[in-house]
Amino acid sequence: MIEVKDVHFSYPNGVQALDGVSLTVKKGEFLAVMGQNGAGKTTLVKHFNGLLKPTRGEVLVDGVATTKVSVAALARNVGFVFQNPDHQLFSETVEEEIAFALRNFGLNEDVVKKRITWALNLLGLAQYRKTSPFMLSGGERKRVALASVLAWDPKILILDEPTIGQDYQQKEKLRQFILQMRTRGKTVIIVTHDVEFVAECNPRVILMREGKIIIDGEARKVLTNPEILEEASIIPSQIAQVFLQLSEMGLPCNVIDVYEAKSILLSFLESHR
Amino acid sequence: MSVFSGLKFRKVYSPIHNLDPRIKFIYVCSIFAVAIMFGELLPLMALFLLQIPFVVVAGVKREWLRSMRGAAFLATFIFLTNFIASYIGAGYVFTAKILETAVAMTLRFIVLVESFSVFFLTTSPDHLGLALEQTHVPYEFVFAFTTAVRFVPVLAEEAETIMDAQKARGLELERGNFLKRIRNYIPVLIPLIVSAIRRSLELAEAMESRAWGATKKRTNLYTLKVHRGDVVLIALTALTLVAAVYARLYLPVPSLSELLKIPS
Repeated sequence: MIEVKDVHFSYPNGVQALDGVSLTVKKGEFLAVMGQNGAGKTTLVKHFNGLLKPTRGEVLVDGVATTKVSVAALARNVGFVFQNPDHQLFSETVEEEIAFALRNFGLNEDVVKKRITWALNLLGLAQYRKTSPFMLSGGERKRVALASVLAWDPKILILDEPTIGQDYQQKEKLRQFILQMRTRGKTVIIVTHDVEFVAECNPRVILMREGKIIIDGEARKVLTNPEILEEASIIPSQIAQVFLQLSEMGLPCNVIDVYEAKSILLSFLESHR
Repeated sequence: MSVFSGLKFRKVYSPIHNLDPRIKFIYVCSIFAVAIMFGELLPLMALFLLQIPFVVVAGVKREWLRSMRGAAFLATFIFLTNFIASYIGAGYVFTAKILETAVAMTLRFIVLVESFSVFFLTTSPDHLGLALEQTHVPYEFVFAFTTAVRFVPVLAEEAETIMDAQKARGLELERGNFLKRIRNYIPVLIPLIVSAIRRSLELAEAMESRAWGATKKRTNLYTLKVHRGDVVLIALTALTLVAAVYARLYLPVPSLSELLKIPS
């Protein structure tokens, strides 16, 4: 569980990135952090594994203040996958890349081997085990970065912009994968601009603007609230836009799911035949 | 990265910023040469103090202090090596002269850092490029140089992100003995170098697609002219150089311990 209590944060250059954020993320929850560039999304999630420490207020991870423990100790429970895989890949083979963190955490070599195989299979990278990560395509490198964090099976997983540069198929796999993580009781937090992806996943959503949380709720409520979305410079997902424009016809306007939309439209057509 | 902050240019206007970069560069090189000529404490102190007015007039005190602080580690290192080496060399006897030489060597380093820091703090990369171009350096080299200077802060920022990403994977930079600590930086350096190379290739492609180098003869919106301030600076530089060479060749340079009559 992550508890954020009235956190303020300013960067050394004086830019105030967080301005009184309070938030509780429960175990097993799936949270999407959204908002325009510079709203403080990445700054907020960097507090969850102690990379940044609040200038005022506090962040508790499983009841422990992040100021009391090192990033390495927190990272054991909080996995953080950065946006750009090129900022972390450095090993000669994919296998070594994944082993890096496991060895940092002091796991023994037998466990390291098993974990590597497990992570590679989970992300469909088994054939690249001995390949250099620099030889892979952008999307594959992103999955190697993800595998290198998943390998130690953290309780909380933070993904910064996981859908950037991924084709539809990979996005769908990512969605399935997040659902799978949730059934295993893991907390998943994503930072994203991808409204369509969020609409398909239907997580809890927080919208940020100028270092503050402006709304916190279910995706179907948040993503169908045009005023709030405009405040956060986000365009509703396509299904939501259709239903918002059809609201005069007596259709519900809080629909974001494709299948739900289909059944509503079908029954509407049936009743007007 | 604090050493770099002393080289980061901030656009402000001051008499120092408006000086011709070519002349400023000659000045910095002269200071450099004079600092190398003298190993004694007194002239180095004079050189150090000579820079202070520039810092004050340019209004870059904060940044300059930061770069000085960044150099403090290396300065301490230089002091200790010099001190220990000459202490052992003198047969394990401590004299005021040994201390003075060690301080002088450290001060020489500080003067070098100081003058370059003043130069880079008060000269915009564009201005500098312009100066190089007008001294007939081929434009390819000028461009490479200004680009390199301009990307220093970008790289520093990127290094920070990479460090964060690796810390999130359990890397502890401060752990282990001296050698281990150096090895800890491999996971930071490799991504930094790889992405710098990637970025340069991308930059080259982007430039070529925008017809870089299509015209052989370039013209500039701004041209550099020598003003009164520049004449003053070049006179000052010449004076310092002549005085230094004269002092080196014909005058005995007293050491501080002799002046203060400290028995050695």
